[in-house]
Amino acid sequence: MLLTDLIRHAVGATGTHVGCEHGVCGACTVQIDGEPVRACLTLAAQAEKLDIRTVEGLEPRPGELSPLQAAFREHFALQCGFCTAGILMSLDALFARKPKASEREIREQLSGHLCRCTGYAPIVKAALAAQAHVREEKTTDA
Amino acid sequence: MKPAPFDYVRAETLDEALGALAEGGEEARIIAGGQSLVPMLNMRLARPSVLVDVMRIDALSKIEPKNGRVEIGAGVRQVALERWAALAGTLPLVAAMMPWVGHAQTRSRGTVCGSLAHADPSAELPLALLALDGEVKLRSKRAKRTLPANEFFLGMMATAVAPGEMIEAIVLPAHPMGTGTAFREVARRHGDYAIVACAAIARPGGATRLAIGGVADVPQAVALPDPSDPDFDDQLNEFAWSLNARDDLHASARYRRDLVRTLGRRTVEEAVACRS
Ligand code: FES
Ligand code: FES
Repeated sequence: MLLTDLIRHAVGATGTHVGCEHGVCGACTVQIDGEPVRACLTLAAQAEKLDIRTVEGLEPRPGELSPLQAAFREHFALQCGFCTAGILMSLDALFARKPKASEREIREQLSGHLCRCTGYAPIVKAALAAQAHVREEKTTDA
Repeated sequence: MKPAPFDYVRAETLDEALGALAEGGEEARIIAGGQSLVPMLNMRLARPSVLVDVMRIDALSKIEPKNGRVEIGAGVRQVALERWAALAGTLPLVAAMMPWVGHAQTRSRGTVCGSLAHADPSAELPLALLALDGEVKLRSKRAKRTLPANEFFLGMMATAVAPGEMIEAIVLPAHPMGTGTAFREVARRHGDYAIVACAAIARPGGATRLAIGGVADVPQAVALPDPSDPDFDDQLNEFAWSLNARDDLHASARYRRDLVRTLGRRTVEEAVACRS
């Protein structure tokens, strides 16, 4: 069984999407132990006992959007939303490791995802805005 | 797009993995990171009846530098090599190539040895193994053998790995001090398979070597004179023709030869420029 089928059909968490099912589109991206991975290229059995995080895990409190998700809404970084969950999980993993990732690094991370609607520019804008927002929050908190 | 049914064996030790492989014979396949194998399973281009998972075998997940060589075990993920602190100092060519291997989202699971076992002619890691004259350590229940890169790759997606055998590790020679290296690639989009990939090594003594991926069925290398030598372009042109480039969906044979000539020259020049 593929990890995508475990997540969607056995667990019933349908936020993770499945596009190509052979590793090309990135729609199925989730995090395993904090790293972004293609769930359609992972056997469920290989993920046993590992920490798996899906887009459902991004909201800080039920019904509330994370800063990255809010920035996507704000900047029209999605239209149909099919690619969005995967992109969010990839960017979230990037920012966790590199909070100051450059625009080039953001674009490189996005190269692992296909979006047929947005043309990517609003996605890059949203990613940069979310980064700035998180930085600001940190300084006001301190 | 679902795999045909298979049995899954998670090996905890190398002996267990080799035992399961011996038992399964031609029907058994090793699964490591799965980034090349699972697409083949999903499309049913591969239908092994047993998959032997080697990712939980601690002994295989080591990157070990010793005596001017770096040994990379079958369980080492590409991301682990990419983030290995000594990579840029020990294997600068590999360090330059890593960002081009698939995408961040596949390097996180895919292994170095898995990409070699898959032997896609346009993939970067097979090119690295050949450019560096590395070796592959193979092991079965009964025997061990070590093959140089040029005997390991037999053709497009074909290697010398026999039924019952697995890659235990690869060994890459570290560069002597002062060696210059460079890597360049042309692909439709960053992270796509290379249309042409060039890896060049300029030894402190003056010898240069250029290896090309994406053109012939297996990566190929050639020794070249210094780029300032009047014979350089002729020799590079001969090499470009010897690769028997083919037309395909992504590029014409002519375009590939042109890339070998222009990008190949630039890559060698860059390697020579950073030699000291
Ligand atoms: S569904 Fe996994 S990469 Fe397309
Ligand atoms: S928003 Fe439709 S595919 Fe990206």
